[in-house]
Amino acid sequence: MERVVDPLTKKSSAWRVQSETIAFVVMVAALAIAPFFTYPLFLMQAMCFALFACAFNLLIGYVGLLSFGHALYFGWASYLSAHAAKVWGFTPELAILTGTATAAICGLIAGSLAIRRQGIYFAMITLALAQMMFFFALQAKFTGGEDGIQGVPRGHLFGLIDLRNEMTMYAVVLIIFLAGFMFIYRIIHSPFGEVLKAIRENEARAISLGYKTDRYKLAAFVLSATLAGVGGATKAIVLQLASLTDVNWPMSGEVVLMTLVGGLSTIFGPVVGAFVILVMQFKLAPIGEWVLVIQGAIFVACVLLFRRGIVGELANKLRIRL
Amino acid sequence: MFEIFGIPSQALFGQLLIGLINGSFYALLSLGLAVIFGMLNIINFSHGAQYMMGAFAAYLILQYAGLGYWPALIIAPILVGITGIIIERAFLQWLYKLDHLYGLLLTFGLALILEGVARNYFGSAGLPYTVPESLQGGRNLGFMFLPNYRAWVIAASLTVCIGTWFVIERTRLGAYLRAATENPTLVRAFGINVPRMITLTYGFGVALAAFAGVMAAPIYNVSPQMGSELIIVVFAVVVIGGMGSILGAIVTGFGLGVVEGLTKVFFPEASNTVIFVIMAIVLLVRPAGLFGRRG
Repeated sequence: MERVVDPLTKKSSAWRVQSETIAFVVMVAALAIAPFFTYPLFLMQAMCFALFACAFNLLIGYVGLLSFGHALYFGWASYLSAHAAKVWGFTPELAILTGTATAAICGLIAGSLAIRRQGIYFAMITLALAQMMFFFALQAKFTGGEDGIQGVPRGHLFGLIDLRNEMTMYAVVLIIFLAGFMFIYRIIHSPFGEVLKAIRENEARAISLGYKTDRYKLAAFVLSATLAGVGGATKAIVLQLASLTDVNWPMSGEVVLMTLVGGLSTIFGPVVGAFVILVMQFKLAPIGEWVLVIQGAIFVACVLLFRRGIVGELANKLRIRL
Repeated sequence: MFEIFGIPSQALFGQLLIGLINGSFYALLSLGLAVIFGMLNIINFSHGAQYMMGAFAAYLILQYAGLGYWPALIIAPILVGITGIIIERAFLQWLYKLDHLYGLLLTFGLALILEGVARNYFGSAGLPYTVPESLQGGRNLGFMFLPNYRAWVIAASLTVCIGTWFVIERTRLGAYLRAATENPTLVRAFGINVPRMITLTYGFGVALAAFAGVMAAPIYNVSPQMGSELIIVVFAVVVIGGMGSILGAIVTGFGLGVVEGLTKVFFPEASNTVIFVIMAIVLLVRPAGLFGRRG
């Protein structure tokens, strides 16, 4: 993929860290006061999608792998999380862990198949595998088919804290989102992350330097699937619903769109993209199917004119890294 | 009436026929994808939507121009092919220097637009399109009943597929195309207008999809989502076959259609997923695809 040239190569690294820290503080502050101004439920949903998009960006932005089937991990995590909470009576944290583990296992299997081919085939394989698992979700008994799993209890966190209170739930989701976000930040800036970026830039050279790139790609894939699963599993508890929409291919497209709009290969881009797309869907809901047309038009516009995305453009203008 | 493996022959041959019909569409669409990918290095995600456009074009030609199936079979692919040429000139030509993935993303966006517009004007429910009068009815082959229209679809699809293969592999035009795929700069230096060739190739690939769409109209309902459901399966077909070989795309398309049909007889629950399972197995055993070149 074409990438934003790091505008900071000439500036001191202190300023680089500062711009990211400032942006992070702004984000945390905004998310902390936001529920007093708008619907907490909407914000919680947006944070789940933001984590999903960040996880997806880990793969496309930092390894250069376009997965077109990320709905598989998001959706199946949300099914298992909902099932665990509703049928097995798990507490919410255990339900989310169950969903996350499901996503990790799916990611391991799908990832080890998909990394056997490169580039465009990789995207087609991930899409096809996700579609296969969509049909499983459609036919399996426990997923409830077209109805999905409804009325999932939010339960008591650790068996103690009642999550039916909207603000308590909000705090939990915020902590999960920030933990996931910081974990992704750590991955990207670790030695492991540097190898991933090397693979993105020039896989052949990374191989010649002695890196087993397939292992790195698979590890990144599993990490990305797992974190997408955290988003999906949390969403099932928040909205008390797991449905076919979450595993179907338009969802895979939506997360691509969120990341593209926000900015590929930027840390904050997917978060901004997720909020922008969800607000748009929310505002445009009355016009029905035209939302699809508008999303398609945004895709086209982003690819042709606006490849850096919102955050990427901003970072480029201000000559900082975000 | 006789039985094979405990399955009534009527059911078996019936599903085989459906498999061949589906296979016809897999072959036509994966062929178009392979031709486009060869020249443009773009995976045309809107291929399914353009197939859907073909079916809708046939429907609209009947509604507003009063022209039936046979004129539509010629006019619809031409019209949709022209929209393809416009798309290539307006959008795709700016992407050739970028990573392949941007082509996929852009055509995905186009597919959403096309499907969304179709849903707005026609709703999600399917619209009926009748089989042309000259192909109604069918014949009894002794072991099964063969509807004329289905026989025609298989024959037409085979003819078009083999015709395309012939043009690309055995004619001078095809030789130019193959040369331009290998080394566009050199072919340009010989005075051949490569950009125009790329534009026309995209138009042709899209017209193939529309042709498949017109043929599909009397079999399946004409509906906005008919393309997106199909295109993902066709992607799996392309992964299995590899895009290196035209003949490979045709053989894989028909073969997988038949396998899917047989699965419907012996293990109906898996009929939706069998092609994806085969894809996974092929990836394990022959990562480059059945007909693909490694690389």
